[in-house]
Amino acid sequence: MRTQILLPLFLALSLAGCSKSSSDASAPSKGTEDVTLLNVSYDPTRELYADFNAAFAKQWEAKHGQKVTIKQSHGGSGKQARAVIDGLDADVVTLALAYDVDMLHDKAQLIPQNWQTRLLDNSAPYTSTIVFVVRKGNPKGIKDWEDLVKEGVSVITPNPKTSGGARWNYLAAWGYALRKQGGSEATAQAFIEKLFRNVPVLDSGARGSTTTFAERGLGDVLIAWENEAFLLTKEVGKDKFEIVVPSVSILAEPPVTVVDKNVDKRGTRAVAEAYLQYLYSDEGQELAAKHYYRPRSQAVAAKHAALFPKVSLFTIADVFGGWKKAQAAHFDDGGVFDRIYVPQAR
Amino acid sequence: MAVSSRRRVLPGFRLSLGFSWFYLGLLVLLPLSGLFLRTFTLTWAQFWETVTSARALAAYQLTFGASLAAALANVVFGLLVAWVLVRYRFPGRDLVEALVDLPFALPTAVAGLTLTTLFSANGWYGRHLEALGLKVAYTSLGVAVALTFIGLPFVVRTVQPVLEDIDVDVEEAAATLGATPWQTFARVLFPGILPALLSGFTLAFARALGEYGSVVFISGNMPLRTEIVPLLIITKLEQYDYAGATAIAVVMLTASFLLLLAVNLLHRWSHRRLEARSGH
Repeated sequence: MRTQILLPLFLALSLAGCSKSSSDASAPSKGTEDVTLLNVSYDPTRELYADFNAAFAKQWEAKHGQKVTIKQSHGGSGKQARAVIDGLDADVVTLALAYDVDMLHDKAQLIPQNWQTRLLDNSAPYTSTIVFVVRKGNPKGIKDWEDLVKEGVSVITPNPKTSGGARWNYLAAWGYALRKQGGSEATAQAFIEKLFRNVPVLDSGARGSTTTFAERGLGDVLIAWENEAFLLTKEVGKDKFEIVVPSVSILAEPPVTVVDKNVDKRGTRAVAEAYLQYLYSDEGQELAAKHYYRPRSQAVAAKHAALFPKVSLFTIADVFGGWKKAQAAHFDDGGVFDRIYVPQAR
Repeated sequence: MAVSSRRRVLPGFRLSLGFSWFYLGLLVLLPLSGLFLRTFTLTWAQFWETVTSARALAAYQLTFGASLAAALANVVFGLLVAWVLVRYRFPGRDLVEALVDLPFALPTAVAGLTLTTLFSANGWYGRHLEALGLKVAYTSLGVAVALTFIGLPFVVRTVQPVLEDIDVDVEEAAATLGATPWQTFARVLFPGILPALLSGFTLAFARALGEYGSVVFISGNMPLRTEIVPLLIITKLEQYDYAGATAIAVVMLTASFLLLLAVNLLHRWSHRRLEARSGH
């Protein structure tokens, strides 16, 4: 069950050839020799990291006199993690959920098990939360989670089996139902079942759902990450959509880590670690806020308080005991999500 | 088509055969055997449970059913398009020629998005179809539509050269011998193009079985209803369940292989029948 070498053997061979030559070229990273980093990330961070990479490169060159080029790779979080497991030479990964990063340890021992404790705030330098997007004027009067399970309300959310982002949506709904007055595992499950009865389409990814909601006109409410909701309301569909912030939601923590095996092999550890540290700096936090992620820094967050309304947030550790447990109970085959659709699934 | 084995163009039968085996082995057999090996990490019971779960069964049904429907639709309409392109000269013919190839070139995700836009409730087609009570986007019908779209060029491009080879004289001769237009088609033209039509069908069908990119947009991915097999494989991979994903893939592969083999045998049979007839 180690790296997946057999399947794309042909590709793997040629990749191995490439990576060898590229690591030779950039091996010693001291002095003024140029250095490149590869940041393997998930889809919606494209614009954030485009800005951040430029800012970091400038700062690093000013401080160390070394030119650093950061290459970006974006895709679905799970797919990106599998690419790294299968040998993509990522120096750092910045993914949507800790479960995908955990797998870099479990499947390929690329990072230590305690990776998430190495940086502040669970290694998540910026956060987000799950909110609702409704059509202008909120014709269905959506205010909170409870409104999503009403009859005649159509809800758009991607398939949590294929989309890492969608798993946060699902867990936010579950946490709401569990923590409300009189909530229990059973009521939470009933709530989730009712919610998904109102979902007509399960797109494979978050951007797919956004398209379904915004372009196809399907659904009364879109469950989305706050940063995606801002993008939709402020930049794509001005005056067509509104954000509704529920009373309770989940603290979405997209984590970052250095990929130890790769940076040690390529000799890029120092710069890779500095790169991630810089996400916590004032400039990094400002850029996160600019791209609608909630900054961790109190000072920066205070400056943008008007943008991010106060929500009662719970974490995945609080309610689910971490990602691995949540994944196994809810999203693996035969889990709660499957049982919504296949009543007697094993 | 049938190059006699006595008149060889390539040097050295053994060398070229050896190379063919090596090439196929490296590109097809080796990766595929890796696929089979991966499933051996499962016990037989686990394998069986994975590949016969309710969702998997529903997905096989949809994938094979929609692929078959799409390939058959393409056989009929692809033949028509090929016929028009070969037999008629009309303004804009070059444009149509180029259009036929478009589904080849278009990234499948773009095709999926475009089709979904057209067929969704507020789209150009969907608006009218929905008024008639016909839902296409996010149903299995939508899956078939996407698969028809991507399969069209295969039938047109395999039938076209064969049609070009059939002289109009043949049709005229049949007519002078008293054949009705239908008889001319059914007994003179059709047997000639049947092998090519079968090839086109096979290609379109095989392409449809593996299609992912365009379908996931229009299908809606509802468990038990509009989940295609490739999506099921992706959901397994999202759980890092490589063995489960390959188990489904192996079933898919075996079924596809058997089907393609059957079509190829049919192909050979119809070809032989054709040669026997033209031998008279």
